[in-house]
Amino acid sequence: MGKTRRKTGTTTPRKSRSPRPVRKLKFATDWTYSAAPESTDHVRLESRYGLFIDGKFSEPRSGRYFATISPSTEKKIADVADASTADVGRAVKAARRAFDGTWSKMKPSERGKYIFRIARIIQERAREFAVVESMDGGKPIRESRDVDIPLAAGHFFYYAGWADKLPYAFPCRDPKPVGVAGQIIPWNFPLLMAAWKIAPALATGNTVVLKPAETTPLTALKLAEVIQEADLPPGVVNIITGAGETGAALVNHPDVDKIAFTGSTEVGKIIQKAIAGSKKKFTLELGGKAANIVFEDAAIDQAVEGIVNGIFFNQGHVCCAGSRLFVQESVADDVVRRLKDRMETLIVGDPLDKNTDIGAINSKPQLEKIREYIQIGQDEGAEIYQSSCPLPAKGYWCRPTLFTKASQSHRIVQEEIFGPVLAVQTFRTVEEVIEKANNTPYGLSGGVWTDKGAKIFKITGKLRAGVVWANTFNMFDPSSPFGGYKESGVGREGGLHGLLPYVNLS
Amino acid sequence: MSSLQTLSMTATPSAGVPDLSRVPCVDAVGIEERCSRFQTRSIKKESKVAGLKHVLSMIDLTTLEGQDTPGKVRQLCYKAQHLHDALPRIPHVAAVCVYPTLVRVAHKELEGSGIKVASVATAFPSGQASKKVKITDTKFAVSEGADEVDMVISRGEFHRGEYTYVFDEIAEVKQACGAAHLKVILETGELSTLDNVRRASVLAMHAGADFIKTSTGKIEPAATLQVALVMLQAIRDFYYETGRMVGMKPAGGISRAKLALHYLVMLRETLGQQWMTPRWYRFGASRLANDVLMQIVKEQTGRYQSLDYFSKD
Repeated sequence: MGKTRRKTGTTTPRKSRSPRPVRKLKFATDWTYSAAPESTDHVRLESRYGLFIDGKFSEPRSGRYFATISPSTEKKIADVADASTADVGRAVKAARRAFDGTWSKMKPSERGKYIFRIARIIQERAREFAVVESMDGGKPIRESRDVDIPLAAGHFFYYAGWADKLPYAFPCRDPKPVGVAGQIIPWNFPLLMAAWKIAPALATGNTVVLKPAETTPLTALKLAEVIQEADLPPGVVNIITGAGETGAALVNHPDVDKIAFTGSTEVGKIIQKAIAGSKKKFTLELGGKAANIVFEDAAIDQAVEGIVNGIFFNQGHVCCAGSRLFVQESVADDVVRRLKDRMETLIVGDPLDKNTDIGAINSKPQLEKIREYIQIGQDEGAEIYQSSCPLPAKGYWCRPTLFTKASQSHRIVQEEIFGPVLAVQTFRTVEEVIEKANNTPYGLSGGVWTDKGAKIFKITGKLRAGVVWANTFNMFDPSSPFGGYKESGVGREGGLHGLLPYVNLS
Repeated sequence: MSSLQTLSMTATPSAGVPDLSRVPCVDAVGIEERCSRFQTRSIKKESKVAGLKHVLSMIDLTTLEGQDTPGKVRQLCYKAQHLHDALPRIPHVAAVCVYPTLVRVAHKELEGSGIKVASVATAFPSGQASKKVKITDTKFAVSEGADEVDMVISRGEFHRGEYTYVFDEIAEVKQACGAAHLKVILETGELSTLDNVRRASVLAMHAGADFIKTSTGKIEPAATLQVALVMLQAIRDFYYETGRMVGMKPAGGISRAKLALHYLVMLRETLGQQWMTPRWYRFGASRLANDVLMQIVKEQTGRYQSLDYFSKD
């Protein structure tokens, strides 16, 4: 106790227009929280993982493995197989066999039972999943424990319920499964994205080949264990690991009927080109640059909480992150001051510590990309503010960062940074903020903060974004559809809408 | 602390009733979410012991019963100075809080101890008396030796929108306090909404409150994390606006050490270092101290002792 935690951050001096003395709250307190690490001794991890094909783990034909490391310690956690084109072929073949042989013919209520079973096992093993997710991906245990894992189980529960009710989702349209789904998921919500992809596919009678991201394969491989435990027929779910080439092989495989991809807009475009002219169905969930709009009549303190949650949740590695903040000019100073105070209380560090608010940046390349954007923002003339929290010596870390005086033509406003970096602009009128909010190639999400119900309806209807939150941000529910406009993607996942990409209708 | 120093540190009212239309509104759902975050902070080991000692030092050890006697108050005053002599380095509480008629007893017992004598006044707990009676009540408590006065606002007038009345009444009681510190009880359990809590906080601070306090302890709900957060945010904004620090006292219903630590976490993350002393933060409680002591003993021995090992006064 008694140690002060303040280190010098790159804080800019407060410029005050009025002659008032500088008043500042001090969040470097004598009383601090002791380390509260979540125990890891209950976690079972292999030192090496093969490919999960046809119900069992097997060696990759390539014979190659690559390491998955913990971004908070930079230490290797395990080796995972690098699937070659031949391995992708094996997985697709197994999925096709399972589709034709068992899964598409199974009584829908039976399919539902299997999916319910997966959901329950995830719940039972939630603690282990949460720890592995935080070790492998760097996200704080608070989030993996309270958000990722419960939501992943929730998606399986939700879609399990649809399995025998599909005629009610598509009345008189005789929904039929599509076939084999190739699914490629990102590193920001590894298990949750796997659940988003696998659950609706299975509920509608499809079989799956899933490729997790190369930096975060472990929870998907643990999910393979769950699928074994749930006794799914072999080949219904296949999980293969690898990098971009493996993904490309999956996308280009002729016997894949549907591609579901979540990731960058750049790769999304490559996929769309690759499958152009083929009969493959596809959904793409891509980047975003969401506008979070705070009006002067908003509950300001709660809006600040929502801003923090919008941009610093999961280190800002969120496609729907509220990375552009628009504040009405009359409350701009108030909001920014409160935001800076709140940022001072955020604890950055060990993802496994229960008190950590912001964990490690997922990978070294991602950290370099974020740093590059922070430099760009300063070069462009925006005013930077970073919290003064101490950072661990090892691992990939980034302080919560704020840019004020940002403008529409700044790259930090236009481009997706995918890190804990917020660009702040001010506005005067409703018309102005709607125009600015929509002035982006993206359109995934948005947020509006006001105490006036009528204003909420007026504005949310005009924002061209797939999801718009009012007086909250980054809230997810399995029953709510999610997806983007413009370069943020094609198709919807979640809810009833999430069934559609996995069925053929008559 | 000499009376001169005390005098120089008490608040002065603003020139007039603040413009309550400029007070930001409160979103109850958002407040709930933020409070749940405080409750998931994991406070263990040294951090827990240090936090618990903070809590002890911030307690206003309270007895406010019709059956209070001089003997009971004397016992309480001893307890205030000797919380648990079996444990080394345990701080004393911040104050002993009694009815005006028992202030003299407490004052005599606590002289030179560094522990303040707080007295409720203004027709506590209902406040249903004329302003004249309330002023007399206050002056009596101060003349008997109270260092701090805990008043209740007129909730009826507040609900009727008679903000000027409420403001003036607080300001007059403040004047009657002289050198004594004034804690203004909002009785949040009767204010219905968090918006009202926020407005009443602003009103009380502008009217000259040294502390704002949640509850009398006689009404349910008494203190909750939600109202406490709204009040801390009001204190923060008042500080930014005027440069004056106002203290905070949640009271009533905080009988568990764990809950008290949640309040401390909230304080740390809302107002920070400057407020984390008994000068600016108090817990109004009668049973909290023993639960905190029990937790401290548990941290040292690894075992929970029966409550029979802790004195009840």
